[in-house]
Amino acid sequence: MITHPFTYQAPATIEEAVQQLGKGDDAKVIAGGHSLLPLMKLGLAQPETLIDLRHIASLHQIRTEADGTIVIGALATHRDIAHDKTVRAKLAALADAAGEVGDLQVRARGTIGGSLAHADSAADEPAPTLAYDATIRAMGPAGRRDIAARDYFKGTFETALAANEIIAEIRFPAPAGRTGGAYAKFAHPASGFAVTGVAAVVTIKSDGTVERAAIGVAGVAAAAYRATEAERALTGTKADAKAIVEAAAKAANGITALSDLAASAEYRKHLVTVYAKRAIERAIQRARA
Amino acid sequence: MGHTVTVTVNGTSYSREIEPTLLLVEFLRETLALTGTHVGCDTSQCGACTVLVDGRATKACTMLAVQADGATVVTVEGLAKNGDLHPIQRAFAKEHGLQCGFCTPGLMITAVDFLERNASPSDAEIRHAIEGNLCRCTGYHNIVNAIRTASAEMRQAASGEAKIAAEVQP
Ligand SMILES: Cc1cc2nc3c(=O)[nH]c(=O)nc-3n(C[C@H](O)[C@H](O)[C@H](O)COP(=O)(O)OP(=O)(O)OC[C@H]3O[C@@H](n4cnc5c(N)ncnc54)[C@H](O)[C@@H]3O)c2cc1C
Ligand code: FES
Ligand code: FES
Repeated sequence: MITHPFTYQAPATIEEAVQQLGKGDDAKVIAGGHSLLPLMKLGLAQPETLIDLRHIASLHQIRTEADGTIVIGALATHRDIAHDKTVRAKLAALADAAGEVGDLQVRARGTIGGSLAHADSAADEPAPTLAYDATIRAMGPAGRRDIAARDYFKGTFETALAANEIIAEIRFPAPAGRTGGAYAKFAHPASGFAVTGVAAVVTIKSDGTVERAAIGVAGVAAAAYRATEAERALTGTKADAKAIVEAAAKAANGITALSDLAASAEYRKHLVTVYAKRAIERAIQRARA
Repeated sequence: MGHTVTVTVNGTSYSREIEPTLLLVEFLRETLALTGTHVGCDTSQCGACTVLVDGRATKACTMLAVQADGATVVTVEGLAKNGDLHPIQRAFAKEHGLQCGFCTPGLMITAVDFLERNASPSDAEIRHAIEGNLCRCTGYHNIVNAIRTASAEMRQAASGEAKIAAEVQP
């Protein structure tokens, strides 16, 4: 039950939505509602106005641009993403992560734009968004703004997005030739959220040497992060078992880990190394395939 | 401020004036008096409120009724056709897939969406599909059996229909 009254609008264009959002009274956009409505039931969010994005057709699309950039509309649901052929083929770590979000019903409604805007520290999709060096394209009163994933995640429920901006799409550059990606998750047994989620994206040269390694980690720190020390350790190796273990062991270096009932900081840091190893192994397998 | 919404539920179109705060599950249960859809938790956890919205299994406690304007909804009351139970309903009865029955409407709807996309699932896939549906009674085992049995019956029915269609071909 929602007791706090609000007005509801469902504009047809993103420009109208931005305008309505900028009107000043406590307005919020709603996408899948799977983070916002539970907060509204608890009274933790009490918007005066809800601006539903669902009629903005372009936000639902997943498309590939001429240069190979894969563009995922903010309203693409976790389910749309997990089942999309292009995403599965080119952005396997994202497809894996989307397929691991919550449960079947949550994936049917929840959106990637909502997940990135809400920025729960335990959300899955931020990890592959970081690992693929995606760009978050936002629309605000001054027009369009592109935010690199690396500059986007600031903390738990904190991002570089301004209150008057709406995420329009998430842009994933086309991965180079022999690239493999994978997401490995230790899910909270009750909530399903990530206690640890690691997205690994690895590009190998024809001789099998690792050319580029990118590792995004969710669930562990206040904000999703790139495990740069682990990436450096893997790059230039032949990605044999020893190199993978050594790189994975560095995946929580320099990180202040969260501590809660599900996992202490120390345990979380251990989990990262285990799940980083699994994600890297699967990513390499896929890159070699 | 009231909004007029038009929602097709189990094949019938309903137009009603509602407040934006009304949840889809409240619209179904209170406005339309379709009480087969249950509310177990009202916190998006249990899946008792699951209905199909445009073919997708959705927790109706986590969607506003105004968001369903123009949508097609199927609830447990819409599963049987002309008095014939849906294969999933027959399978839950046959396999003893329920005890108190509170979770059953939501589980059957989730299973219908799932089997639509995966006609011959493994038990592991079935268990993954019903992660968003909690049952306090059965221990899930017979629910998994029921979904597997329904999938077999639905495959058989589909191949029967294909055969009839092939025979009818000139
Ligand atoms: C039972 C349950 C289990 C879950 N398990 C997981 C899990 O395991 N992993 C996981 O990652 N997530 C999980 N989630 C969260 C789920 O993925 C949400 O769908 C997601 O976090 C928010 O997406 P949404 O579309 O529902 O956003 P909404 O709830 O509609 O919005 C969330 C916030 O983002 C803002 N917003 C939404 N879209 C935009 C946009 N385009 N531009 C700017 N701001 C926007 C809203 O104003 C609001 O503040 C779970 C949720 C539930 C209910
Ligand atoms: S009542 Fe909707 S999930 Fe429990
Ligand atoms: S049969 Fe009682 S909750 Fe499932």
